[in-house]
Amino acid sequence: MSDIQPTAPKGPIGRFLALPPDSTPKTIFVAVALCLFCSMIVSVAAVSLRPVQEANSLVDKRKNILEVAGVYEPGMNVNDAFGAFEQRILEVSTGEFSEEISVEGFDDIQSANDPELSRELTNDIAGIGRQPNFVTAYLLKDEAGELDKVVLPLWGYGLWSTLYGFVAIEEDGNEIYGLQFYDHGETPGLGAEVDNPNWKSQWQGKKLTDSTGELRITVAKGNPSADMIDHHIDALAGATLTSVGVDNLVKFWMGEQGYAPFLVKLQQGGL
Amino acid sequence: MAQTTRDLLVDPMVDNNPITLQVLGICSALAVTSSLTVSAVMALAVTLVTGFSGFFISCIRNQIPSSIRIIVQMVIIASLVILVDQVLKAFAYEISKTLSVFVGLIITNCIVMGRAEAFAMKNPPVASFMDGIGNGLGYSLILLMVGFVRELFGAGTLFGITILPSVNNGGWYVPNGMLLLPPSAFFVIGLIIWAFRAWKPEQVEKREYKIQEAEAH
Repeated sequence: MSDIQPTAPKGPIGRFLALPPDSTPKTIFVAVALCLFCSMIVSVAAVSLRPVQEANSLVDKRKNILEVAGVYEPGMNVNDAFGAFEQRILEVSTGEFSEEISVEGFDDIQSANDPELSRELTNDIAGIGRQPNFVTAYLLKDEAGELDKVVLPLWGYGLWSTLYGFVAIEEDGNEIYGLQFYDHGETPGLGAEVDNPNWKSQWQGKKLTDSTGELRITVAKGNPSADMIDHHIDALAGATLTSVGVDNLVKFWMGEQGYAPFLVKLQQGGL
Repeated sequence: MAQTTRDLLVDPMVDNNPITLQVLGICSALAVTSSLTVSAVMALAVTLVTGFSGFFISCIRNQIPSSIRIIVQMVIIASLVILVDQVLKAFAYEISKTLSVFVGLIITNCIVMGRAEAFAMKNPPVASFMDGIGNGLGYSLILLMVGFVRELFGAGTLFGITILPSVNNGGWYVPNGMLLLPPSAFFVIGLIIWAFRAWKPEQVEKREYKIQEAEAH
């Protein structure tokens, strides 16, 4: 069945090619050549397609912001609709908007890795290592120009992966309108049920803090006690560690290390 | 050559179907068939990967050292799968999110490896390509059948277009939610295998044992 029948191999290359495939030099040669060739093909594809992929993931992120704020409709032009949001840079520790940094090209996740723009966490319940000093806040205003909702980024470690998401909070700074994740690598069918519309719908109308201002929002199993009904999100069946991760990351970002200073300002109407 | 191109393409569709006769590639058939669009994209991806991996492996089959042949096959298959994954991420982002890990898992799809080892290592490139495409089409056929049943009766839609208006949307059809869950694909595939073997009894495997006749006392 051999296609080529070499008669008299000429030169060192010819002699090398004529070696039987199972000889050691030939084996090493085939392995190295194949790896080089395949890695070249793969890297060329990855590099040349990256701009398109990044544009896609930006549209997807914007679509998630629209969805979490409840303004997404299937088939709408995401980039146009996104214009309804006012983007501001929020200084996490003070809860003030900052004018020092331009919104254009600012990336919350990337700035978490920049030592100038982030701090290392000691009490790191969300499992994120570093927290950025500044994040992008997306403000949605109603027709009268009054603040309607604020969309804020949050992320934290689940079971296998970091879950990246957004939370939409009503203008009172306490009631959640929605929370969803746009990127994660949790187990399909179990942890990935964080994307399940029924599960996500639980967040709507839940209160972050009680009347004393204490943070009460919790993702847990079982039936909540009467005073927790407004703060309780039922955990995912079969995905305990993902649920714990979501619980931790929500508590982290809504707590003192996270957006609490900003939310208190919202509650006092000082925006 | 004993087999014509037509045989190579058509044979794996019914007579030697990778899912119903060889029972390969079941895991991905369970995972991605809850909607027809996703099934179709997965089917296309697997068909292209089996076809081209067969072609490339066959091209260098005389140079592949037998001691590392499985690794060589894997490297070629994996590179092709990564290409497919990258292209999907660039041009079908929504679907690539739904398919998530299952595109990557084409690498471990038994059909791809099985055809590489059983056919492409011994046959010329074009025949191997056709064999790969044929087996991919056989896989696609079952995937689309399962996807059709699951989406139509599970959600009342086909390719996302409403066929049976569901109760939730003011229609009359009560969707069978179980069909949207992975285990239902077992039932559907089982029924398809039953139908195939009732139609072509020669596909029924011989019993591995025979019950001893009771001896008369």
